[in-house]
Amino acid sequence: MSDMEYVLETKDLGISFGGLKAASGVNLKIKKGEIYGLIGPNGAGKTTIFNLLTGVYMPTEGTFFLEGKELRGNTQEKINRAGIARTFQNIRLFNNMTVIRNVMVGLHNRPEFRCSMIESMLRLPTHFKAEKAMKEKAGEILKIFGLYDERNNLACNLPYGKQRKLEIARALATDPKLLLLDEPAAGMNPIETDDLMATVKLLREEHGVTILLIEHDLKFVSNICDEITVLNFGTVIAQGTAQDALNDPEVIKAYIGK
Amino acid sequence: MGKNLLAGFKWKHYVNYAGVGIFALVFTIMSLTTGLPSSTLYLLEKIAISVILAVSLSLVVGFLGELSLGHAGFMCIGAYIGGKLSAVLEGVLGNGVLTLILAIIVGGACAAIFGIVIGLPALRLKGDYLAIVTLAFGEIVKTIFRNTSNESFGGTLGLPTPRYDKKTLFIFAFLMVLACLAVTQNIIRSKHGRAITSIRDNEIAARAMGINVTKYKLMVFTVAAFFAGIAGVFYSYSQFNVQSDKFGYNYSIEILVMVVLGGMGSVNGSILAATLITYLNTKLATMLTGEMAVLQNLIYSLILVLIVIYNNAPGLKGFREKYNFGILMNKIIKKKPEHEHHEGDDSAQWHRIPTKIKMDEIISTDIVVKDYTKPDRANKGDKGDE
Repeated sequence: MSDMEYVLETKDLGISFGGLKAASGVNLKIKKGEIYGLIGPNGAGKTTIFNLLTGVYMPTEGTFFLEGKELRGNTQEKINRAGIARTFQNIRLFNNMTVIRNVMVGLHNRPEFRCSMIESMLRLPTHFKAEKAMKEKAGEILKIFGLYDERNNLACNLPYGKQRKLEIARALATDPKLLLLDEPAAGMNPIETDDLMATVKLLREEHGVTILLIEHDLKFVSNICDEITVLNFGTVIAQGTAQDALNDPEVIKAYIGK
Repeated sequence: MGKNLLAGFKWKHYVNYAGVGIFALVFTIMSLTTGLPSSTLYLLEKIAISVILAVSLSLVVGFLGELSLGHAGFMCIGAYIGGKLSAVLEGVLGNGVLTLILAIIVGGACAAIFGIVIGLPALRLKGDYLAIVTLAFGEIVKTIFRNTSNESFGGTLGLPTPRYDKKTLFIFAFLMVLACLAVTQNIIRSKHGRAITSIRDNEIAARAMGINVTKYKLMVFTVAAFFAGIAGVFYSYSQFNVQSDKFGYNYSIEILVMVVLGGMGSVNGSILAATLITYLNTKLATMLTGEMAVLQNLIYSLILVLIVIYNNAPGLKGFREKYNFGILMNKIIKKKPEHEHHEGDDSAQWHRIPTKIKMDEIISTDIVVKDYTKPDRANKGDKGDE
């Protein structure tokens, strides 16, 4: 069993593809309301960890717990419903759907908008009630990210920075306990990055979401993360507060060589 | 409550019901008062059948984004099961509405069961591979029915079916079109429809958002197969004899062409294209007889090519935008065009939709050269022992 004070706890989590150990022995302990950073050079296994935590891959070693509940071996859908939502390194929006509908897909499984297929088919009052409530809720979420005015545009027509934000908004719509952000600031200019930083902080402060993020922008990481873990070749080489971990000789060696 | 319902009312969501309804009503009145020639009645039945097939297939191809080339197979199951049932029930219940309704339910349900069976591989296969599996399914169904004994399903002789009263069959067929439309659109314009379109747009992201991809894929295949089965039942009722050759690969492609020409992800487009293509095919077949019959496929394919060019040529973009159907409709009721997109009405934008196979390539395979000296025998030599 695992400790309840941690939102996410992984125990010796790892996966090997054939003989290649993409990740091994990763232990993360993320407290509620924390912003936790996962960094490392290219190919260190950061996204692999995300894929393990969201059920894309099945861990070959170790396990992980969300608020004390073991989630190893569940499908992506079940893990999402249990409370882990993610964004992607390369943006994966529903491009041919409008911005608000993208967020409404995120709201799909929330119990307050329950409406069965039969109810929708027969257009019972529950259908209209759920649709209206979903539209309002999606509007609220879009307002947090400043995307409300774009709600009726197609997602593919948004500029890059807004697409990134929409992806976070969509993930937030699933009401996650833990939000995984895969390089949220990649490809953003400094102004957009600052803006994103403010939004991420706001999510933690006003919505109480716990966030685990992968990021290459070390300024972003050291400004925002309470704690970080540095990975290299699939293993943890340093863990602790941003200041300590980034000054670790092993980390400097991994990033710029000896 | 009533006020709330009216607030959600959008005229454009109901324009197609009205269109189909008025179309059917006009011909119903004509048929019951002055009477219509039997060729027109037969054409109306064919149009209704095509529309049901096209709308149900558009759910799979346009909204789920999976390519199914076996739609005629589901129709075949419906036609044979429904036809056989009505032939059996004719002695007990007579050739009345009750028999028709029972045949529709049973024929549709049998096809739906096969829809689940085909939906299962669809969970693992994508794009071309699923297309091949569904194609094989259609051919297998056709071949099985052809090889049945004369007593069971008629085999090569075809299954004799009771012909329903010509004057009223198309009315029931159009009622079924309305039911099919209602089910399809109500699914699409709900949270479940959004889930289905999200799978089309990005399956990985849909899974990550907690969408039950398995459930929705199976559901879509089942609903589409159910309606294809019903179309089959109507087909069997419009004929004296059901021949399995009708439900081949070419017919599946013809239904797909209706969906693609109508604009992927556009229900209204599918209805229009199905009506147009069926009308065109029938007219060409009756107008061009004898030596001229060779031109039939040529003209048909030329028209298809022209429609595809009109829908996609970059040079015609300005023209398309100026004479867009939706904008014209808005002008008629003097309303400013809304910039809000609705599921089911972004027409003629199928080139944007990332279906897992290129639609242009598929259309081109439809143009099959037939040997007109030996009608219906032409394809059999090539296919060998199917």
